[in-house]
Amino acid sequence: MSGTVTGKEPVAVVGIGQTKHVAARRDVSIAGLVREAAQRALDDAQLTWAGIDAVVIGKAPDFFEGVMMPELYLADALGAVGKPMLRVHTAGSVGGSTALVAANLITARVHGTVLTLAFEKQSESNAMWGLSLPVPFQQPLLAGAGGFFAPHIRAYMRRSGAPDTVGSVVAYKDRRNALKNPYAHLHEHDITLEKVQASPMLWDPVRYSETCPSSDGACAMILTGRTGAARAPHPPAWVHGGAMRSEPTLFAGKDFVSPRAGRDCAADVYRQAGITDPRREIDAVEMYVPFSWYEPMWLENLGFAAEGEGWKLTESGVTELDGDLPVNPSGGVLSTNPIGASGMIRFAEAALQVRGQAGEHQVDGARRALGHAYGGGAQFFSMWLVGTEPPPG
Amino acid sequence: MTAAPSPDVLRAPLVVEFPFTRSLGPVQSAFLTGLRERTVLGVKTAGGGVLVPPVEYDPVTAEEIRDLVEVAPTGTVTTWAWNPAPRRDQPLRTPFAWVLVKLDGAATALLHVLDAPGPDAVRTGMRVRIRWAAEPTGAITDIACFEPCEREDSGAAAPHDGRFADPVTGITTPARLDYTYSPGRAPTDYINALAERRTVGERCPSCRKVYVPPRGACPTCGIATAERVEVGPRGTVTTFCIVNLKARNLDIEVPYVYAHIALDGADLALHGRIGGIPYDQVRMGLRVEPVWTEGGRYPDHYRPTGEPDADYDAYKELI
Repeated sequence: MSGTVTGKEPVAVVGIGQTKHVAARRDVSIAGLVREAAQRALDDAQLTWAGIDAVVIGKAPDFFEGVMMPELYLADALGAVGKPMLRVHTAGSVGGSTALVAANLITARVHGTVLTLAFEKQSESNAMWGLSLPVPFQQPLLAGAGGFFAPHIRAYMRRSGAPDTVGSVVAYKDRRNALKNPYAHLHEHDITLEKVQASPMLWDPVRYSETCPSSDGACAMILTGRTGAARAPHPPAWVHGGAMRSEPTLFAGKDFVSPRAGRDCAADVYRQAGITDPRREIDAVEMYVPFSWYEPMWLENLGFAAEGEGWKLTESGVTELDGDLPVNPSGGVLSTNPIGASGMIRFAEAALQVRGQAGEHQVDGARRALGHAYGGGAQFFSMWLVGTEPPPG
Repeated sequence: MTAAPSPDVLRAPLVVEFPFTRSLGPVQSAFLTGLRERTVLGVKTAGGGVLVPPVEYDPVTAEEIRDLVEVAPTGTVTTWAWNPAPRRDQPLRTPFAWVLVKLDGAATALLHVLDAPGPDAVRTGMRVRIRWAAEPTGAITDIACFEPCEREDSGAAAPHDGRFADPVTGITTPARLDYTYSPGRAPTDYINALAERRTVGERCPSCRKVYVPPRGACPTCGIATAERVEVGPRGTVTTFCIVNLKARNLDIEVPYVYAHIALDGADLALHGRIGGIPYDQVRMGLRVEPVWTEGGRYPDHYRPTGEPDADYDAYKELI
């Protein structure tokens, strides 16, 4: 090596691939599903398997498909033979933290080019069963999937004084955005605000149309350093900041409406990226919104609005695709939810925006975008900020 | 060294069981459909090796493999282990050998079982053949087991198009895990107190917060808790939702209210159902008390006490 290499290697996203997300991919095995996303990412980067130095894979709990340690079985499909392969697991945030682990391998110059991928094939099992095993002596969960989230949403409404229509505004926006994203699961061509508001109230205050679907899908990215970026056929997205934070699911003083781990994670990312006014300096946000009301909640948690003010951005159209802070231009988790992959889709969609490759859901002139994921009962948070230009230094 | 489990700590069996479904994809679909038709298929890699059971992607080059070949129902044992005591759902009920069998024409070995009278009858290098199941379904169990045979190696694999009428495209793979579960010391104390219709939490010696149910440690301070504190029985609804969707495994009529309830003296809320009041009259701040039923481990539900509602500021930190 010539001279001493110092400092951190900047990380570039040079390849992105997704499957068309659907309720059930009965035509492929899990191996076939992940392969499809990985191959598309390689094609985007114009690389072959030989160009990949390591594989970092993530998915949600093994109980979701019943394949224990699926990374062992998927090594062939992901060309991992003779290479390091790591599995990351942080519940619903896993797609984000998987990408960050991969990015750190580049930053630290452990590897030159890394394939990172996350997936879920929800049709092979039942996620709700996987999350509510009948543990002896414990009181069974009395409320079903949305029952965990709905009381926190009510707490947000009480705290912020938001009108009860805000959730339907988010759902209507995200489902319309999904119509512009060919990979999105739900394509509800006849969606109207009135239809969202007339959908059944499942867990009051959460309506059916304000909940996420259950999807089969995978998302992959190719991350590399300066040299790899220089060879890339398309403009890369550059990582300007990335962070993870965790906190217990339950503790005295936990704020489910605006968890401290989420606030601290965002602050860390902004500090790394030199962002002092996220509302003005960030052009697009892909955030993990499993139930529509989490958009205004996370707008506050991530520092885009003061406490109690997030719903005003949503209600006034700021978060629309043509607003000045578009949130979930891809249609978000509300339109596509292969759980383990959902976080990585947020990170990848943020990268697509700054690469100018988001197609019909492209935010005009997006130069900085935030990808956000969370999971495990608001226990794990992961975020990255990507930009058009390489980071300074 | 770990301490022996205390006889006073609760223990119970925990069975985790689910019929997972598998979409097979093209290669496994051909393989399992072939077994149903008493045909064993493998795949041929670009390097010429025949892999049985087949895989979709070359373990060496990562290239997609779709060249199917048929191999013989006879083969050679490459290694084995005797199983003297078959367990539930294993392929044979009598003692058998786990074997790796390289079928004639294949370069890799298949894991299955060998029906043999005892370990003395098994050796590496012995010749075996498939004993087919009487009623094949398109599963690995269509090979009931292997049995000894005298036939010589029948040679090379032959190309096969993998096409069969009515192919198997998905299977169900029931999974079952048997555990012995123990909640540990603090939850045991909590559950035992519930039997006397008392709710007992534990206070953190550092931050002084009272945890209900107790876990034996404070998740914030990371230290053990031991001081027992009785809380409730009354409490405040901090937040809630109205459940309109009937859960499959719950015998509760909808709509009903599922609430977070901060018992008096507790520093975080637990969860329960609210009854004794129309569902649309439940509100944050409602004062409630538990209603027990005979034999119930937990309160059946909570009902209004009739007290004035708690002030928002009094419980907003507990939401």
